[in-house]
Amino acid sequence: MGKFAAWVGYLIVLLGLPQLFDSVLAITILNQMAIAIVFALSYNMLLGQGGMLSFGHAVYFGLGGFMAVHALIMIEFETVYFSITLIPLVGGLIGLVAAIFVGSFSTHKAGTVFAMISLGIGELVAASSLIFVSFFGGEAGVSADRTFGPPFFGIEFFQDVEIYYLSAGWVFVATVFMYLFTQTPAGRMANAVRDNPERAEFIGYSARRVRFISFCTSGFFAGVAGGLFALNYEFITEENLNAVTSGRVLLMAYIGGLGYFIGPIIGAVVLTLMNSLLSNYTELWMLYLGIMFVLTVLFLPRGFAGFIMIHQTAWLRGKLSSLFLPYLITGMPAIMFGGSILAAIEMLHHDGEPFGFLFITLDSGNTLHWLALTAVAAASYYACWRSLGQLNAAWEEANGVGDPTERGPG
Amino acid sequence: MLEVFVFSTLNGLVTGLLLFMLASGLTLIFSMMGVLNFAHASFYMLGAYFAYSISLKLGFWTGLFVAPLLVGTFGALVERYALRRVHAHGHVAELVFTFGLAFLIEEAVQFFWGADTKNYQSPDLLNFPLFTLFGQEFSAYRGFMITISVGIFLALYYVLTRSRIGIIIQAAITHPHTVANLGHNVPLIFMAVFGVGTALAGVAGVIAGPVLTTFPGMAVVLGSIVFVIVVIGGLGSLGGAFVASLMIGLLQSYAIASNLGMPDLLNLLGLEFSRDHPLNDLWTLTLPQIAPVLPFLLLVLVLIFRPTGLAGKREE
Repeated sequence: MGKFAAWVGYLIVLLGLPQLFDSVLAITILNQMAIAIVFALSYNMLLGQGGMLSFGHAVYFGLGGFMAVHALIMIEFETVYFSITLIPLVGGLIGLVAAIFVGSFSTHKAGTVFAMISLGIGELVAASSLIFVSFFGGEAGVSADRTFGPPFFGIEFFQDVEIYYLSAGWVFVATVFMYLFTQTPAGRMANAVRDNPERAEFIGYSARRVRFISFCTSGFFAGVAGGLFALNYEFITEENLNAVTSGRVLLMAYIGGLGYFIGPIIGAVVLTLMNSLLSNYTELWMLYLGIMFVLTVLFLPRGFAGFIMIHQTAWLRGKLSSLFLPYLITGMPAIMFGGSILAAIEMLHHDGEPFGFLFITLDSGNTLHWLALTAVAAASYYACWRSLGQLNAAWEEANGVGDPTERGPG
Repeated sequence: MLEVFVFSTLNGLVTGLLLFMLASGLTLIFSMMGVLNFAHASFYMLGAYFAYSISLKLGFWTGLFVAPLLVGTFGALVERYALRRVHAHGHVAELVFTFGLAFLIEEAVQFFWGADTKNYQSPDLLNFPLFTLFGQEFSAYRGFMITISVGIFLALYYVLTRSRIGIIIQAAITHPHTVANLGHNVPLIFMAVFGVGTALAGVAGVIAGPVLTTFPGMAVVLGSIVFVIVVIGGLGSLGGAFVASLMIGLLQSYAIASNLGMPDLLNLLGLEFSRDHPLNDLWTLTLPQIAPVLPFLLLVLVLIFRPTGLAGKREE
């Protein structure tokens, strides 16, 4: 029943968010999140569950999106007649077709060979999209109008919030199906092939076919995300199928946490928020994103979801609350240290002109500011370093490490 | 016709040898750690930017020597304090880390040097035409680039196959445990090879900066091409990388210089399509148009039909 409750909770959050945050900006961000969640989940199906590192996943997203925009144009000119609520399905089918074609030759090996083929295909498609102007519209892309289709129960999708509810529905359905996929024999075998293709072959499964199935399913859902993109923005350009978009989805899935179903959802939400909110405050948000990504790979190899999951033992032992104070003691100076580094970066960036940083005004021309910043950074670093011992002790206590009466979970 | 051929051959050689300088370091690092370093071209970019900053104060020649040293030191530090840490989490984590590093370096370069193109000039000493052929000049700087690249290739080849250090490195690549048992510090060797590999990329950046322009996107432009070369040449094969570099360099240079295209092919076949044919874009395609795509086409074809590349060993 716990799982059922989680799904109901997920649906309530999806549908309730626009009630809580109803500004125009918030709805825009929510729409971006919806697209990102489906896209990142489809990527995790490849890398997290299937062990295939792809550098060209945007191809399926972009091709689906382009076809979806063309479908919208066809609806507008009444070449075809169906409700625009089905547009993501069009995107998904195109993503599936493209994935079947590419997967037929790229899935016989995982690892570096697969990664390199995906890179090559990604570059090929991105470059071709600039050459075949009649379909891809060149640099300008193609655009359409979503409001010409037959109304869906009286809704004509003039407003972004209506598109959000439509997207939320699709996100929920897509998430359910992607979760169910992980529970099917095909999904389970994908994990087996990821961990040890040789053994999987010995039990009688073709590693290549298992990868192929994951790959095609993943391409389908990437196409659905592309269709959602087309519905939301009503235009699409070459940028949506090139290496930048492929890189971004890798970032989302990795920061969120590969290997956990919920990881990519966390990654998609966090990165979309950073993308839209942080970019209002600083021009350097891409630099911070890069720093965050590298730090995540270095110190949280299983992503945010992995960080949450390592607390499971402490939680099961009922000792999670005993970690709160030690976290606070180490966390406060750590945040102070991070903040002073950020302040230094911003001071270098705003060379010579004063600017507002959180609640204070900093000026890189003022030597006193530099001295104060150095002092804060040094003090907080020292405090953080000194507090590591108590955090470590508390962690071991909460997890029963070194306690002879305790037995670990295996 | 002949003059176009001669000049595109020369230009292809310059590009190919430059690509080899990047590919050689990448190949060494790959055979050592078994992972492709996505950030390799970023070290090349750092080389160009360091050399630019140094050349403003101390001139081009100081930059030529100091910038690669800086890049190599940075590379060694990255290996020691980051890659080695990530190594424990497997190859995907390493590949993803170098991908993130490439992203971070590009942003950092924009932070420190700005997003605009830098006016990094070749030295006055080499600003004269080396020779004039068919009324076209071939600059001495390009000759200098060829000399440096060939010199590095020969030096690398000599060190790796003839010197004691080279033999230890080669042994450390294939049998790290045996080499460690013989008393060599294998992690130190790995760090040094990573440092030298990135320093080579740095050299490439220093000498390519003035010709290929120094801007924050220069790593992306070359990055994936270098990958293509290393894969086509056969992962881990230095000789294969050399052949593949020249091949890609020449291929691109010929494709750009030629004016052939689909219209010529259609003429030859006696076919004709009207301008409003739905595939008009395809029927009017020309070689210079698809020149940037050719390496990737080659990459996909090689991976499908011969995944081990030109000179790669058969997989076990």
